[in-house]
Amino acid sequence: MAVFSEKPIKTLLLHLALIAAVIATLFPLFWMVSVSLMSSAEANRFPPPLLPAAPTLEHYRMLFSRLNLAAYLLNSTLIATSVTVLSLLLNSMAGYAFAKLRFKGRDRLFRLLLASMVIPAQVAMLPLFLMLKEMGLVNTYSGVIVPGMASIFGIFLIRQYALSIPDSLLDAARIDGAGEFRIYRTLVLPLCKPILVTLAIFTFMGTWNDFMWPLIILTDSDLYTLPVALANLLGEHVQDAELMMAGSVLTVLPVIILFLVLQKYYIEGLVLGSVKE
Amino acid sequence: MRLIGFLLMPALLGACGGDREKTVLEFWAMGQEGEVVQSLMPEFERLHPELQVKVQQIPWSAAHEKLLTAYAGDAMPDVFQLGNTWIPEFVVLKAVDSLDNRLTAQQREDYFEGIIETNEIDGRLHGLPWYVDTRLLFYRTDILVKAGFSAPPKTWNEWLAAMAAIAALPGGDRYALLLPMNEWQVPVILALQMGSELLRDEARFGNFRSDAFRQAFRFYLDIFRRGYAPAVSEAQIANLYQEFASGYFAMYVTGPWNIVEFEHRLPKSMQGRWATAPMPAPDESYPGVSLAGGASLAIARSSSRKDQAWKLIEFLSEPEQQLAFYRLTGDLPARRSAWLHPDLATATRTQAFKTQLERVVSTPKIPEWERIASKIAHYTEKAVRGELTEEQALAALDKDVDRILEKRRWLLRKRAP
Amino acid sequence: MKTPLLPANTAFWFLAPALILIVVFFFLPVAASLLLSFTDFDIYALGDHERLRFVALDNYLRLLGDPLFWTALKNTLYFVLVGGPLSVAVSLGAALLVNHRLVRFKGLFRSLLFLPVVTTLVAIAVVWRYLYHPRYGFLNYLLGLLGLDTVDWLGDPDWAMPAIILMAIWKNFGFNMIIFIAGLQSIPVRLYEAAVIDGASTWRQFRHITLPMLAPTFVFVTVITMIGYFQLFAEPYVMTQGGPANSTLSVALLMFQEGFRWWNLGYAAAVAFTLFLIILTGTVLQLRLRRREI
Repeated sequence: MAVFSEKPIKTLLLHLALIAAVIATLFPLFWMVSVSLMSSAEANRFPPPLLPAAPTLEHYRMLFSRLNLAAYLLNSTLIATSVTVLSLLLNSMAGYAFAKLRFKGRDRLFRLLLASMVIPAQVAMLPLFLMLKEMGLVNTYSGVIVPGMASIFGIFLIRQYALSIPDSLLDAARIDGAGEFRIYRTLVLPLCKPILVTLAIFTFMGTWNDFMWPLIILTDSDLYTLPVALANLLGEHVQDAELMMAGSVLTVLPVIILFLVLQKYYIEGLVLGSVKE
Repeated sequence: MRLIGFLLMPALLGACGGDREKTVLEFWAMGQEGEVVQSLMPEFERLHPELQVKVQQIPWSAAHEKLLTAYAGDAMPDVFQLGNTWIPEFVVLKAVDSLDNRLTAQQREDYFEGIIETNEIDGRLHGLPWYVDTRLLFYRTDILVKAGFSAPPKTWNEWLAAMAAIAALPGGDRYALLLPMNEWQVPVILALQMGSELLRDEARFGNFRSDAFRQAFRFYLDIFRRGYAPAVSEAQIANLYQEFASGYFAMYVTGPWNIVEFEHRLPKSMQGRWATAPMPAPDESYPGVSLAGGASLAIARSSSRKDQAWKLIEFLSEPEQQLAFYRLTGDLPARRSAWLHPDLATATRTQAFKTQLERVVSTPKIPEWERIASKIAHYTEKAVRGELTEEQALAALDKDVDRILEKRRWLLRKRAP
Repeated sequence: MKTPLLPANTAFWFLAPALILIVVFFFLPVAASLLLSFTDFDIYALGDHERLRFVALDNYLRLLGDPLFWTALKNTLYFVLVGGPLSVAVSLGAALLVNHRLVRFKGLFRSLLFLPVVTTLVAIAVVWRYLYHPRYGFLNYLLGLLGLDTVDWLGDPDWAMPAIILMAIWKNFGFNMIIFIAGLQSIPVRLYEAAVIDGASTWRQFRHITLPMLAPTFVFVTVITMIGYFQLFAEPYVMTQGGPANSTLSVALLMFQEGFRWWNLGYAAAVAFTLFLIILTGTVLQLRLRRREI
């Protein structure tokens, strides 16, 4: 079809609307970067300047030299990576079992898990804190990592994907005498690679961005993750717009890069997760 | 792999080498104080080479929960700052160590009596005042003069007369006094001035329908009824400093932090036209009492370095350090001797606080106080808005407070069979 | 052949690690929370477990008489009922735009509009606080350009919640947009072709083909949006601490404050469970309603 000759004005308007929407959406992010490069107090002007008069990295330098940001960056990376690796393993095993292994009450158990996703995480938080205290995990990395190691959503995602693996393939492997764990490792995992990547991104970003739980469980500032450290910083440096913006840029940048690189997987996974049987 | 090992090696060696014999003290301080106090630490570490202080700064907004979660999670620091109204809670938790054997009688006398008294629970000292605050009157001298008052009011009657005169001044939308109606402090100060006990029977029940509280409450409501104060809450005052400069209100009951703020934020032309004064009294006993506020330093009971921790507290309590801290933050020293220094002795607006600090009393020292205070604020606002009558508000307040204190009554009964 | 889930079955070993973790770190605490809500666990009990009492439904009754709870509930409903539909509408609008057959570079537009979803809320809250700054903020600058009065966004009790809603929509709309796009793409093209032949206008196509075909997606999107929005916490925690004048205090924030600030765990657990019951009721109601409509 000769779309463009057909409705040039409409096409133009649609694109203009989209560009306007994109500008409005990206403006806060653009402004964040711009202000982070301004010299101190430059943002406290009226009208607010759009671009720094003389870009400077002084705030980034300050974050690393005086405010220990490298340590928080490391903490966040460590925690998010651990949770991602461990949860990928455990969720994929469980998801595969729900999809392909047979046992009594399988579907009922799965539906029960799904239904419990309605329970807000906050309900569990108070006793969970007391429990982790008894285990000696308060104020440790493990206190953040362990409760995130298995997730119902992760199991659900893997199961949805694993359902599409043909049973014949698995049966053939069984006839060849392969054990279940071998099948899982050499056959299922490679086949599930796309969804594993998706789940990895979800988990990594979710853990990276998580705020409430690390806020509660980590009391020692040496262990803080980036969002907690940033909120802490905000309490003291409310007036230093440029410094806070630099901290925000450093917090957001890793997840944005991760998303842009792996967006195909991310968006496919999101759609899969939202499609109900 | 080996390369990384080599790179890390010097760092690791360095970390072990220099600090081997040093004892590390964990010190939590809040907000601006937490940031500023770090600059006092090199001097402390110079005086005590065997000690190293790790200061952790906690925002005020998260301070209370951070301390409690740290307690619950067995992760308390050695020394920490806490608001002096929080001390009863930490005593109930047995989270703070008693300082009775550490503070000498001579040192003790140097502290404002009303303030150090807030740190004493059941006759034992559990914290040492670090800096102090209280509330008193900030006022526009020029407006008071215009209304015919050359000096700040000393009694409630003078205060009312001054408010009436200011309200009668020409020039539209203006009020004599700003009383944010969602704050519990002013009604409580007035009641304490009347000698109200707030709670009765060893703080088993609310005592808000007593004559003393009722009279204070009526005085407070009258200020609104007569139109001397606008019926607004704190959040509705868009820019306090601008409104004070424009003469929207001429008097305001607030704390020492606003000296710094007013000096910074009021226009230059305004600087010679405002002053501070102690609270008026209901009778001739000027100045009237006000609240004993501020922050204290405490040692965690769980600390294994209590003696070293005390050294840090002692250091921060030295008059010179208190002065240095005042210069850095504007926080008022807790020790009288620090106030003799010219820096403070010549600051007239701050000196009013000195006078007031000799006349302060504490609110009931029970863990439930914060909740009770929020109830007072809630019902005061309802009464100001006219949603409840004076009688209904006080009755409801008593009822709610009795409910809050139910557990306390049960515990007291259990303890004394 | 189906076998029970016992150690003899391989499935057991596949499931055990994940399920044990979920039971220990989720189901068990949820059950404990329910028990906790029937006790007066507070600061006294924290110091000494002898001081804990079973109080049956007292916490729930106290909740009903607590003006703060009603304020929090009102604010949360405001956020859910105003912010939720607005957010869904913006998502749908964006999806329709991106997915329009005349639009090129669909993937690029989709990704750019999606970007806010992946960002860290705390960092974003920092940025928005400055956008909302009464004097130097960009929003007030724009209002000024349009000749409107400026607004003290986060300082005025009437404006604080709208400000939070605006930020939440900006942050979240991309998520639902993606789901809507997937829903739109699953509508068979022949339906539209037939409509064009019948001479149906764009609006009629939207009304009679797009909307009904999108109904299942709609149910899904509204339900998850509602569940998420009921749990409003981090936005007000970072932006306003629930203020000014409690105008942005949400139920989840109230629970956090009661639980971790004042350590009234029994009461906080009752707040959490009440929130859960409200969400559950809302979800069931929505699903029932929609099912009847479809």
